[in-house]
Amino acid sequence: MSGALVQVEIPFHLRTLAQVQGPLELEVAEPVTIATILDALESRYPVLRGTIRDHGTLQRRPFLRFFACAEDLSHQSPDAPLPEAVAQGKEPLLIIGAIAGG
Amino acid sequence: MTKIRVLAGTRKGAFILTSDGKRDAWEVAGPFFAGWEIYHMKGSPVNPNRIYVSQTSGWFGQIIQRSDDGGKTWTTPGGGPQKSPQGFPAGESNRFVYDTSEQTGAPLTTHQWYDGTQHPWEFKRVWHLEPSLTDAEAVYAGVEDAALFRSADGGHSWQELSGLRGHGTGPHWQPGAGGMCLHTIVLDPADPERIYIAISAAGAFRSDDGGKSWKPINKGLRSQFLPDQDSEIGHCVHHIAMSPRRPGVLFMQKHWDVMRSDDAGDSWREVSGNLPTDFGFAIDVHAHEPETIYVAPIKSDSEHFPLDGKLQVWRSKTGGQEWEPLTRGLPQKDCYVNVLRDAMAIDTLDDCGIYFGTTGGQVYCSPDGGDHWKPIVRDLPAVLSVEVQTLS
Repeated sequence: MSGALVQVEIPFHLRTLAQVQGPLELEVAEPVTIATILDALESRYPVLRGTIRDHGTLQRRPFLRFFACAEDLSHQSPDAPLPEAVAQGKEPLLIIGAIAGG
Repeated sequence: MTKIRVLAGTRKGAFILTSDGKRDAWEVAGPFFAGWEIYHMKGSPVNPNRIYVSQTSGWFGQIIQRSDDGGKTWTTPGGGPQKSPQGFPAGESNRFVYDTSEQTGAPLTTHQWYDGTQHPWEFKRVWHLEPSLTDAEAVYAGVEDAALFRSADGGHSWQELSGLRGHGTGPHWQPGAGGMCLHTIVLDPADPERIYIAISAAGAFRSDDGGKSWKPINKGLRSQFLPDQDSEIGHCVHHIAMSPRRPGVLFMQKHWDVMRSDDAGDSWREVSGNLPTDFGFAIDVHAHEPETIYVAPIKSDSEHFPLDGKLQVWRSKTGGQEWEPLTRGLPQKDCYVNVLRDAMAIDTLDDCGIYFGTTGGQVYCSPDGGDHWKPIVRDLPAVLSVEVQTLS
């Protein structure tokens, strides 16, 4: 596959689940969107299927949010193109868990 | 040589506690899956080194973990290839999908919400895993929102036994304070087709055909919060225990009341007797004496801690009604922990061991049927579940 090299950061508990460390670099089919990034992420790390978005509806899980380039992208369409800096691998897509709980 | 393995699921990870048959010196392994809620872990009676774990998170959903070597290593057995092409662990263990197919499913109706309105059925987590008594590959999962799933392939895939959720009373089921969870699964060793389950707050149900069809078994239960005291469903059953030596005799810790059935749940009678409070969550039966039962009384439904700050297990050797407090080695002042419904277990050594965990992070063991207690560990995260395996 040829595509864009994209940086993604996932929460600590998902890194331990997927047995990875630090930011991830993924080859993502263009156009680079939240949906295509998650497709690539779940393809490479199948254990993450269902942990960020629902298996069936593909809806974002309620306590997770997507940020990039200092913007909250959580409520934009998952098929909307992401900022060019993300598509070019200069800025990461940040997948962040809500800070709550004990 | 006999070995005891205690499986403790906690609010922040899983722990495995091991000892020899004396149950005096313990080794503690863990935390496994650190930071995740471990609602339940249980080993297969067929292959004790196969252990199933419910790993769950309000953020990231449900994961099933499995060990085939007694907890040394773990895999996520669900869905797809066992290893991804890049060599990372595969998964999709968290794929619990209610069966709405025309052939085998039931319509995904609504259930009653806290405010009395109807609410859609939504999968949240696995509360209890019950491995088959005869097949190490088969395991049942009780989930929230209440439904029963079964895997026939070691947790690789899960199918709902939708006859339960599809029972005609489903729209009247309602969540208890902890959610609308199916938390108890009891398999009958004498009849592989017979399964008992319990749901908060729908009540107890029994299947006599391997889970295809279900009937409520709540006759004799009375719940003050219900408009109809003798309602067929709606009772907040906290836990059910059965001695494998005497299938058909069931003991129940209800929201309030300790109950007993001698006819496989067809009818119940109260056996709270002289208990100082009959509210509680945990209940279990001695491994060799089917009339000896244990409860951990909790003050009330509003105050989930022991009466007067004294942590006590109460034992009846008469199948209920007549109870005695067991206190030696347990804190008898300033103790305000809870003992949750899946946090009591019994080993099968001749001198039967009793175990329970608390929300204060202690796991206690009595190696002599409850007469004397010692903490195995004192400072774990809040204990959600305790199971024990007697290994030879």
